[in-house]
This record gives sequence, structure tokens and C-alpha cells, in this order.
Amino acid sequence: MSETNIRRRKLLLSAAAAATTPFWINSVRAQEGPIRIGYPVPLTGPYAAEAKDQVQGAELAIMEFNESGGLNGRKCELLVRDTKLSPGEAATRTLELIEKDKANFIVGSLSSSVQLAVNNVAKERRIIYSSISQSDTINEVKDWSPYTFHEAMNPTMTAGAVGRYVFPKYGKRIAFLTADYAYGHEMVKGFQRAGKPFGVETLIDIRHPIGASDYSTFLPRIMSLKPDILFFCNFGRDLISSIKQAGDFGLKNNTRFVTPQLTLTARLAGGSDVFDGVIGGATYYWRLEDTVPSAKAFNDKYRKAYAGAVPSDFSALGYSSVRAILTAARNAGSTDSDKVSTALRQLKYDFTKGPEYYRNCDHQAVQSVLVIESKSKNMKDKNDVFDIVAIEKPDESHLRSCQELGHKA
Amino acid sequence: MTDLNLLLLQTVTGIALGSVYALLAIGLSLIFGMLTVVNFAHGAYFMVGAYIGVYVLSATGSFFASLLAVFFSTGLFGLLTERVLVRPLYGRGPDYPLLLTFGLSYVIIDVIRIIFGVEGLQSSTPAALQGSVNIGIGYFPIYRLFLIAAAAVIITALWLFIEKSRYGLIIRAGARDPEIVRILGIDVAKVWLLVFGLGTAIAGLSGVLAAPIRTVTPEMGIPVLVESFVVTVVGGMGSIGGAVIAGLLVGVVYSLTALYAPALAELSIFALMALVLVVRPQGLFGREGLME
Repeated sequence: MSETNIRRRKLLLSAAAAATTPFWINSVRAQEGPIRIGYPVPLTGPYAAEAKDQVQGAELAIMEFNESGGLNGRKCELLVRDTKLSPGEAATRTLELIEKDKANFIVGSLSSSVQLAVNNVAKERRIIYSSISQSDTINEVKDWSPYTFHEAMNPTMTAGAVGRYVFPKYGKRIAFLTADYAYGHEMVKGFQRAGKPFGVETLIDIRHPIGASDYSTFLPRIMSLKPDILFFCNFGRDLISSIKQAGDFGLKNNTRFVTPQLTLTARLAGGSDVFDGVIGGATYYWRLEDTVPSAKAFNDKYRKAYAGAVPSDFSALGYSSVRAILTAARNAGSTDSDKVSTALRQLKYDFTKGPEYYRNCDHQAVQSVLVIESKSKNMKDKNDVFDIVAIEKPDESHLRSCQELGHKA
Repeated sequence: MTDLNLLLLQTVTGIALGSVYALLAIGLSLIFGMLTVVNFAHGAYFMVGAYIGVYVLSATGSFFASLLAVFFSTGLFGLLTERVLVRPLYGRGPDYPLLLTFGLSYVIIDVIRIIFGVEGLQSSTPAALQGSVNIGIGYFPIYRLFLIAAAAVIITALWLFIEKSRYGLIIRAGARDPEIVRILGIDVAKVWLLVFGLGTAIAGLSGVLAAPIRTVTPEMGIPVLVESFVVTVVGGMGSIGGAVIAGLLVGVVYSLTALYAPALAELSIFALMALVLVVRPQGLFGREGLME
């Protein structure tokens, strides 16, 4: 064998070694300088209002962290990026945040498919990602990694709690109007799963494209079936438009409108008439302050920081996810992904809504689920728009089991 | 509800949807037919109309006042656009104004985001037009009935203006042969200015009319632009009658597909467009050779 040949072989070998080197070796995070949290959220598009709340919540948590001394003097900064609600855009922004801006953690996203894209980029680079958007898939073994945390509720818990409340009360003949993407599909599955013990009958499940502006053509068929409950498994502006148009058709007279996630943001954007009587699930509602001390403390801080505004679901999620990571970093005394991940698993916290913790097998935040009803009367002020009609306590038995998700118990 | 009633109700729903399409496509078609300008900012004028409409409605409480305000303000905005931005590009081929208006639409959307925020405005149905009424085949929203009537009034008024008035005669002559009209001593530039303003004013009107049933957001004009192009292509670029008939046709096709196969509804209007293009490339009522 000639010398050049050997050299060539060596070259090939080292090229192959470089190619198989995990990404994370190339991106060792700084253990000094500011702690950077990358925050990809849909600042423009149909979920823009919710994204703004997410940013405000996160900023509040960071302000608190910095004012109380940071991590041994290391301050934290938030790097907000626009995902435009597109998985591709979100993946690119996340990659930039990690590679170029050297983000220590990634938090954020809103949309089930976007968070999977973000998670994919983050987990390959061994960066902790805490998702604040609903998804069932992210906890399943094929998408999950030890660096994946899910602060938001998931469709199984949300639809489960709402379903268990509405089926006995309003009836068992149900119809769905569903945004045709993972979120909508998962919510439908969640309601049907919760409905099985009650013997519910699905009359129709109409799928509409995300971001549709006119829903009128789907409504006559639903009206003709006279369902007891119509589930709107869509979100943001889609939810507002479809509930408004279904109300205009007079569907509300005989049918109860239910949506998995009823947010303050959507309710304020849509108005009291549009949402009157609509029932839904919620991560957070500011009136929790009447009974939960941590909610009162969180609301007060939020009001002070944002000129009297009350936090919405997504403000609360942004706040508690960022605060959880920063608290874990303090507990670990480091921003190292493995150390913080371990600290997060050990964390028991109560930042906004009562006790929460991350289930060890899949890092799902086990938390209470609120069921709320929109009202148009007896309002104390413009933000007093819901009645809390039920609260399901934190309970792992309402989650899919670790085995079901493919984890070893 | 019997099956026949459901089918009829679905058709009426399609007509209501189609009347908005028709209004939008008329504005687009008017501008293209006379100026051969493909106005990519049409959806943006629609959105601006909705914003001004909601703003004036909440300030004055009068829906009629908001309609008038939108007609004149988006019309004026259109006049300015033509005079300042579009006019220098005449005679350079259709792609110049196309790119210009495409860019303009982004500018308008971002200006609205800066002024009113990204969340959008709350828009409600005027009190007198709320609720639904039994039209013999089932309950139907009053506002959507009003929408059909309003579109019919606007379209009729436009038709009378173009077919029966002196100015309409000049506009039609200008579209046929601008050279001869110029020789006859008529300032064609003024005619084009007016037509552009009229087109954008109608886009604004469709926006304010659609506002109560849709959410008013900076991006609301983007899907609308696509839909109105489909209608214009089906009806024939430049044909106003074609725009009306194609608007209703597209609305009904969408609606009936949604009844039997909701997942295909979105696709159905594009399938219709493709079919028309194969059978009659100039559209149902279009003249040939306008793009050349």
C-alpha cells in the first residue's frame, strides 16, 4: 500500500468521524456571561395576541430572576424570535438561537407542529426545551428526549377534564369542528377518549384548514344534525371566527358550544356576546387569586409590571416555564443541560396555580386543569369574563400512562 | 331539516359567500380591464377598509357612516396610489405594477400592525342585523342576507355608472382604445386615475362588509387576494359581468363541496379554476389577448 493511499484513507476516516460527531460537541455553552433563553413564538399571524402574552410572562420571570441576583451574579436575557407559526421558520430560528446566539435554553412556541420542530432541533443539540403549547405527541418516546419538558397541559388532560364536566351535564350526541392539524386531531381524540365511559356518540367531525376565514359552509350540516354539544377544536382567530359565525346561524339555541382551550386573550378579542355561555378548559384564569395564594402573588406582580393588565393563560405559561428553568439552574448552580434537566425533574413548584411537578418519565407538568364558562353578566370589571365551574386537581391518572407513551415506567 | 332544505340552505350560504367574492373580484377586474394592472395590493385595501370601517363604526355608532367613510377613504387612498406609484410604470409591461403592488401590500400590512397592533380589532355585527331568521328552508343569519342585498346594490350601481352614465361611456371607450379617446380630447390619465380609485374603494367596501363575520386582523387580506384572483380568472380577467357570475359560482361550488366533502372545499375552487383554464383559457367571459 502506497503512502498516499494511507494518507487518503486517514483523511476519509477523520472526515467520517467529523460527520458522525454529535452536534452538541460543536456547541459547548458558555458557563459565564449572561444566561440566554431563546424564545421562538408566533409574533405575527393568527396567534399573535397569545404570543405577546407569552413574551410578557417570560419577561416578568426574567426581571424577577435578575432583581434577585441571577445565578451567582449571572443575569438572564430573553431572545424573542418570530416563528410565523411555521415549523420550518421555527426550526431555522431555533437553530440560529442555539448556534449563533449561543442560547442556553429554549422555551416557547405556540402550535403543536411548531413545537415538535423546535424540540427536534433543540434535542439534537442537547439543549433543554420547555414547550408552552399543547401537544400529546411531544411526550411520546419517539419525539421526547431527556432535554424535553412540557410545561403546558396536553390534549389528553385538557379535553379529559372538559369532557368529564360537559358530557353528564349537556348530553352525549356530539359534533366537532376541527382545525386540520395535530392540535385539532389530538383534541378530538382527547374528547372521544374521555367520552367513552359516558357512551358519547360522534355525529360528525368536520375538518377545516388552519387560518380559514369563513366557516359558514360547514354550519348548515351541523345544524341539521342537532348535536347536544359542538366542540370547536381550533384556536386563536380561527376559534373566534368560527364561534361567531356559528352563533350568527343560531346554532347556540339548541347546542352547547365547547372548546378545549378557552383563553382570556380570545375572549377579550372576540367580545362577550360571541363567547356567551361557551365552556372550555384553561391552564390559568386570573380569578384563581380568590382561592390560590400563588395566583394572587403572580397577578399582583403582573399588574405592577404591565400597567394593571391581568395575565392570560399564555402569560402564566411563559412565566412559570421560564421561572422553573431559572430556579432549576440556581438549584443546580449551573446552566449545563444535564444538571439543569436533573434539577427540573426534582423540582416541586407553585408559581401561578397551585402545586406542580414534572412527571419523571416524560417531563409532563402535572397540574390542575380549570374548566371555565364565559359570561356576559355580573362582571366586576372588563377582565372578569369567566366563571370557574370546575377544577380537576393534579392527577397522573388523567394522563396517558408512561407505558402508553412508550417510556419504561 | 330535509335533505332538499339542507341543499338549498347550503346554496344560499354559498351565494352569501360568493357575493363577497364577486365584490372583491369586480374591483380587481375593473382595474385590470381598464389599466391592465394586476393589483396585488387588492387584499390590503380590503383589510384597510375593514379597519377604517370598524374604527368609524365604534366612533360614530352608524354602520352607514362607516360604509361611506370607507368608500371615500379607500378610494382616495387608491387615487394616491395610482397617481404617485403606479402611473410612472405605465407602458413598461404588466410585471412592473404587479411587483410594485405586491410590495405595497406588505408595506400596508406592516403600517396597520404598527398603528393598531398585531392582535387585530374586535368587530361586531350592527345591532339591527344580529341573529338569524327562518327563510323557509331553515335559519339563516340576517347579516348574511344583508350582505347579499348590499352586494347586489353595489354591483347594480356600478353597472349603471359604467353602462348608462357619460363617465361610464368614457371609461368603456378608454378600455377599448385609449389612443382614439385621447385624440378626441379626453384626458385618459384622469380616467385611469378614477378607475383605480373606484376599484380600491370597492375593495374597501367589501372589507367593511366582511368585517362583522370575520376577524379583523392585519393579515385578513392575504387569503382574500388568492380567492379573488381565482374568481377573476374563472370569470375572465377584465370582465365585470364575469366577475359577478364567477364570484357566485365559486361561492356555490365551495359551499356544495363543503357539504359533501369538507376536506376538499378549499381544493374545489382551484379545481374549478384549472378546469376553466383548460376549456376556456381567457375565462368564462374574458377577452383574449389582454395580457399581451
